[in-house]
Amino acid sequence: MTEYIVLSAILFTIGCVGVLVRRNAIVVFMCVELMLNACNLAFVAFARQHGNLDGQITAFFVMVVAAAEVVIGLAIIMTIFRTRRSASVDDASLLKY
Amino acid sequence: MTFWLLAPLMVAAALGILFVRKAVHAALLLAVVMISLAFLYAVMDAPFLFAVQIIVYTGAILMLFLFVMMLIGVDAADSVVETIRGQRATAVVLGLLFGSVLVIGISQVTFGTVVGLDEANAGGNVPAIANILFSRYVFAFEATSALLITAALGAMVLAHRERLTPRATQADLAARRIRDYAEHGFHPGPLPSPGVYARHNAVDTPALLPDGTAAESSVSRVLAARGTVRSAPALADDIDDVRRQLAGEGHSDPSTMPETSGKAGTPANTEEDVK
Repeated sequence: MTEYIVLSAILFTIGCVGVLVRRNAIVVFMCVELMLNACNLAFVAFARQHGNLDGQITAFFVMVVAAAEVVIGLAIIMTIFRTRRSASVDDASLLKY
Repeated sequence: MTFWLLAPLMVAAALGILFVRKAVHAALLLAVVMISLAFLYAVMDAPFLFAVQIIVYTGAILMLFLFVMMLIGVDAADSVVETIRGQRATAVVLGLLFGSVLVIGISQVTFGTVVGLDEANAGGNVPAIANILFSRYVFAFEATSALLITAALGAMVLAHRERLTPRATQADLAARRIRDYAEHGFHPGPLPSPGVYARHNAVDTPALLPDGTAAESSVSRVLAARGTVRSAPALADDIDDVRRQLAGEGHSDPSTMPETSGKAGTPANTEEDVK
């Protein structure tokens, strides 16, 4: 049981560092997905721990929300790419000024 | 057992996402992580989530990632310039701290005995999930449908582009090409096709110009950005090898030697002579 949660924590941390370190918007997005997946792993592990299926249902909802989020996020990345010809998160900093 | 096989693989693939330079490789590594996760779900008595993980995550979401990657160009590389100074190092240090705090904290917690899902899954995992999903979580489920509709609409709105200028006709394009030729001297005809006069006709081999140099414009820009363009002179090496062998066999009778003209053939023959 503990090992599943530890694996989930490690994957979550890697996702976090990826979001902070990578500059390509798509890769940043992939790291967000990695974090969501790590959370799902913890949910499923806890469902088994407690012997009820609520954790699995939550993981299922997380997947649905992640699918919706990917659709919108990738559409935004494409729109930004069309106007700026770049998928780097540094180039989309116009709101700063 | 499955866990100890898959966990190092997953961590290695996830770490790979941080380090690979190309976004496509990151997507493939993410696929490794997601498929391994699916198998972990199967081990943890969640066959429904196993199927959903493979269908939705690896099947749909990752394919969407790859689609967008192909649309915005695979050559969109990571910039190495740091906008905030020292951000990368700080992020790594903070990540290590965060990770170790999480891992140490979790390893000190005792979770008690694992109840297991045998009882909950007694009538099958999918019917059991359906029972809960359509009773206790029915409103969340309905809200999900609204979310999906909104997401589909949003994607359509974001991806839609109004045409602001009239579409360029063939006559316009031809006129522009000739104008470019007149003003900037751009060649108005088609670009040279790859592999012409080179010793290979693959698309990643640049055409050779009459002076023997490679024509950059004959290879797709995408291939050049990926760095997979072969160098035409290097490709000639194997042909030189063949010539050398032929020259070695027909050494006694020079008249059967193939016509080796130019620089490529001469050193090969001299090398044989030395031997």
